[in-house]
Amino acid sequence: MTTAHHDALIDTHHEHEHHDTGGDTVFGFWIYIMSDCLLFATLFATYAVLSSSFAGQITAKELFDLNFVLGETALLLFSSFTFGMAMLYANKKQMKGMIAWLCITFLLGLSFLGMELYEFYHFSHEGATPQTSAYWSAFYALVATHGLHVFAGLIWMLVLFAHFKRDGISEENLVRLSCLSLFWHFLDVIWICVFTVVYLMGVM
Amino acid sequence: MVNKATIITDPDSLTGKLTWDSIPLHDPVILPVMIAVILGGLALLILITKMGKWQYLWDEWFTSVDHKKIGIMYIIAAIVMLIRGFSDALMMRAQQAFATADSVGAGFLPPEHYDQIFTAHGVIMIFFVAMPLVVGLMNIVVPLQIGARDVAFPFLNSLSFWLFVVGAILINISLFLGEFAATGWLAYPPLSGIEYSPWVGVDYWLWALQISGIGTLLTGVNFFVTILRMRAPGMKLMQMPVFTWTSLCANVLIIASFPILTVTLTLLTLDRYIGTHFFTNDLGGNQMMYVNLIWAWGHPEVYILILPAFGIFSEITATFSRKRLFGYTSLVWATAAIMVLAMVVWLHHFFTMGAGASVNAFFGIATMIISIPTGVKIFNWLFTMYKGRVEFTASMWWTCSFLFTFTIGGMTGVMLAIPAADFVLHNSLFLIAHFHNVIIGGSVFGYFAGMTYWFSKATGFTLDENLGKIACALWTVGFFFAFMPLYILGFNGMTRRLNYYDNPDWAPMLWIAAFGAMIIFAGILVQLYQIYISIRDRNKNRDLTGDPWNGRTLEWTTSSPPPFYNFAIMPKIHDRDEHYYKKEHGIAYEKPDKYAPIHMPKNTWAGIVISGFSLIMGFACIWHIWWMAIFGFVGIVASWIIYSFERNKDYYVQVNEIEKIESAHLADIAEYHPISKAQS
Repeated sequence: MTTAHHDALIDTHHEHEHHDTGGDTVFGFWIYIMSDCLLFATLFATYAVLSSSFAGQITAKELFDLNFVLGETALLLFSSFTFGMAMLYANKKQMKGMIAWLCITFLLGLSFLGMELYEFYHFSHEGATPQTSAYWSAFYALVATHGLHVFAGLIWMLVLFAHFKRDGISEENLVRLSCLSLFWHFLDVIWICVFTVVYLMGVM
Repeated sequence: MVNKATIITDPDSLTGKLTWDSIPLHDPVILPVMIAVILGGLALLILITKMGKWQYLWDEWFTSVDHKKIGIMYIIAAIVMLIRGFSDALMMRAQQAFATADSVGAGFLPPEHYDQIFTAHGVIMIFFVAMPLVVGLMNIVVPLQIGARDVAFPFLNSLSFWLFVVGAILINISLFLGEFAATGWLAYPPLSGIEYSPWVGVDYWLWALQISGIGTLLTGVNFFVTILRMRAPGMKLMQMPVFTWTSLCANVLIIASFPILTVTLTLLTLDRYIGTHFFTNDLGGNQMMYVNLIWAWGHPEVYILILPAFGIFSEITATFSRKRLFGYTSLVWATAAIMVLAMVVWLHHFFTMGAGASVNAFFGIATMIISIPTGVKIFNWLFTMYKGRVEFTASMWWTCSFLFTFTIGGMTGVMLAIPAADFVLHNSLFLIAHFHNVIIGGSVFGYFAGMTYWFSKATGFTLDENLGKIACALWTVGFFFAFMPLYILGFNGMTRRLNYYDNPDWAPMLWIAAFGAMIIFAGILVQLYQIYISIRDRNKNRDLTGDPWNGRTLEWTTSSPPPFYNFAIMPKIHDRDEHYYKKEHGIAYEKPDKYAPIHMPKNTWAGIVISGFSLIMGFACIWHIWWMAIFGFVGIVASWIIYSFERNKDYYVQVNEIEKIESAHLADIAEYHPISKAQS
């Protein structure tokens, strides 16, 4: 390859990739998160409409235990912090630190899910299942949709571990991690809304 | 007709609700259709096998991530579904033409079958004809108009298409296995609840829409990112062609409204499958919440369908008036205004809910306000034609027919926006006439205009102009015969979805409507013939310059069809009408000094395979075959993960290949059409 040709190649790389694909992916993921946000908005609206439709069955006030939910909240909020730490290490290309913080994040997310499942189990034993009344249908739909998102995030994290194991902190993997990071923080924001609207307002 | 014995309430663990009785062998209307479809399908499969084309189809089409090919596949699927949806329309018109009687059982269709037909007609025409036509045209045109080589996420684009196909397949399976929903196209509960629709019809509806809806959502994200991030250097937002602008706004509406559909469908699914109480009659359920939710998606949806059509008319009017578009800026802002207002008018679909005078007044006024930006657009087109050198090609015929027809539909829309008037007209045939007036006279005419206009861009040859004009005339005349009587019947009190009626005075108007439907049918036949003739005579109609209409925007700078990489050299944008600017300045079709390798995505199996598993999952969920549903779901997740581990998802096109393709095109232009000099 002649030098001139080579120069042309480099030159056109700039010209042809006038957009960077990694940036496109993160931007696209932001847009996806906006649409996911609307999905939750719809579920919140549904919950608001049905927030007093207990139909004479057991009410939220009788069941909610704020201390327990505070524990869940702490786990999830702290997992956002640990994910942030993992991102810092990833940007410094330090694999070990990143994996360690990601593992902690994973465990925190898993514990959150465990607590949530225990709560569901407990509620249904007390006679509040999704079939009990419209209120409880809306409650489970909203909270479990968030839980399913966390579960998907955990699966995604496992897949990323494999990606990192194979390719290290490559450009592509960094984009993947950034997207998951956005997703994870987003779920935190949604949880804060769940905590406020469902639990705090529920015991008011 | 549903035989009560075939409804399984206690699904088998291996076969779910599916039994031999699920096949409607006893139905005299369905059976011949089923035999014809099976034989036709078999013949097609055998033909492809005999010609040894499977490899070609797989390599060049099914796994393709080329936006132009995906666009063509969308449009082919839409045409197939149009035939199915229109057959439903003909059956309804025939039924109502014969069904003057004072008892159930008049006409040739039993009530349950008739109810499935009007449901299927609405669902198919909106989701599986109009949507794929819009998305197909966007796929073919938008990247070319903004100077991009593909969309932002080519794999997701392929996935979107195949998810849409899964929805279409599920709808078609419902014809021959089980039943389709008999609830109307939006499946209001409690009728669509498990109590009143115990079998699989509503489940077909739910899963077909859920799966194809997720595909649409991905399309929305994909094109939004494509338009905002992949425009050619120098193209500012206010230099984008109008079709790209209207597509951008339509995609914003997709991103904003389809999540609402996803949730609404999921909640109804939960009600039906696990016994929750979102929309049930008992234990606090609220049906009006469903109606609100479905229209909070449904109203933006109609603007998703019409906005790109407005863009198409804008491009065509400017091109064939040989003028710059009048009032580009006002047209863009009108589009943006409609986009915003589209989100705050949903309640006008149920003024009769009882929300009270203030709520109805708000939504009534918001609805009427939409007519202002829409009116702005009408004047944009009229003033573009004013003092233009208008050339009446087939696509211009569609445009003129649209201007006339759509304006009438818009005015009846303003009438319906008055809550007091709506209390009289709600659920009457007046409403049916109105929305067909705007959807056919607005959206559908727009897609046909766009297909005529851009046909050569996709295929390399133009459609026969004369047959196009005949089709347009038949559609227009047929439309007025088919739907003007419905306005009158609506005023006279005839409600929608009647299987029979006991007022013989209505019959003559319904005969006229059926006659109109036959004229539209003739129009569709002419269109099919037009496509056939145009393919047969493709050598005569070949578009060698890539610019058959003396067009103005960037897509016309490419050859027809464009090479798979679209642009050998990234265009630098100078003007809103970039191609016209280049022709005027004599710099169109200049051979660049040198080419450079082009970075392109490779084809992928993942879109069609993931969708295949979605089909398995959807089908299994409909029939409650849980092991198969789990298998399908695991398949989806697993194939997506495997795809993420693939290396070499892209490659470089080498310079000598580009040079060969480009020289051939430049030679064509030099030989056949020395248009490269200014034509102004």
